[in-house]
Amino acid sequence: MTRATPEPVQVIKTRRNSALEALKARVPYAAYLGVEFERHGDELTTVLPFRADLVGNPALQALHGGATAAFLEITAQVVLSWSVIWPLVEAGGAVESVPTLPKTIDITVDYLRSGLPRDAYARAKITRAGRRFSSVHVQAWQDNVDRPFAMATGHFMMPDHV
Amino acid sequence: MIQNRTDIAAQFISALPHAHALGLSLTRIGTADAEIHLPYDEALIGDLETGVIHGGAVSALMDTCCGAAVMAHPDAGVATATIDLRIDYMRAAVPKTTIVAIAECFHMTGSVAFVRATAHDGTSKTPVATATGTFAVERAT
Repeated sequence: MTRATPEPVQVIKTRRNSALEALKARVPYAAYLGVEFERHGDELTTVLPFRADLVGNPALQALHGGATAAFLEITAQVVLSWSVIWPLVEAGGAVESVPTLPKTIDITVDYLRSGLPRDAYARAKITRAGRRFSSVHVQAWQDNVDRPFAMATGHFMMPDHV
Repeated sequence: MIQNRTDIAAQFISALPHAHALGLSLTRIGTADAEIHLPYDEALIGDLETGVIHGGAVSALMDTCCGAAVMAHPDAGVATATIDLRIDYMRAAVPKTTIVAIAECFHMTGSVAFVRATAHDGTSKTPVATATGTFAVERAT
């Protein structure tokens, strides 16, 4: 019995990264906010590097609640979309055609503490991956991962053909 | 007098860096309500396939408008901060239209303000989105 030779790591990485790039390119608003995506295997962490035009309260230099909400919503949507794309990429499918993005039905954002003038990070957990609807929980932190400054729960409509 | 209040509030909103970056403009301030416009901008697109503005930009519009409604309330404090905000998306906004949010602060206690808001794009009676939020009222000590 012979076992297939595993693909070289660089081939796998290139395929996964180009799939992620294609997904990023689909969402101009993420680029507008400066959101970056860090991938470790199938896990994604989003980064919102601090910028002066993300500030809501000039006196405190606090992040605008809207920028925080947008960051959380982008994270939820991209992680959900990535969960759809990942198996296609692993199966060796074409990575340039991104499936239709999940649509937000509703999102509730909790502001736990004020967003400081520094980089923010977020991770999303898919709490229910349904055929039509999915639920996602997202947490964002700055200095300390155990002290999130905002979190959100959202419901999304999944694209038809998945 | 009313025009004067609107001018002051409009100036206040445009001084918020992120509101300025998004191109938000306050068009009306009432006694516990506010109206803010979000002009269409290709940088705010959420999905290139459709050209529809990202929900996150609508959230930023709603958050700003709800905050303005809180500050317009006669019993408002010196500042306000969002405690929570829920947005329901009824439909996609039509590309190239301006989205207009109207928020109303319908109740205020000593420390908390309750707000609801609606966003329209002028193409249908069905709103693009509705929002419900609570805001912390910060008072001078």
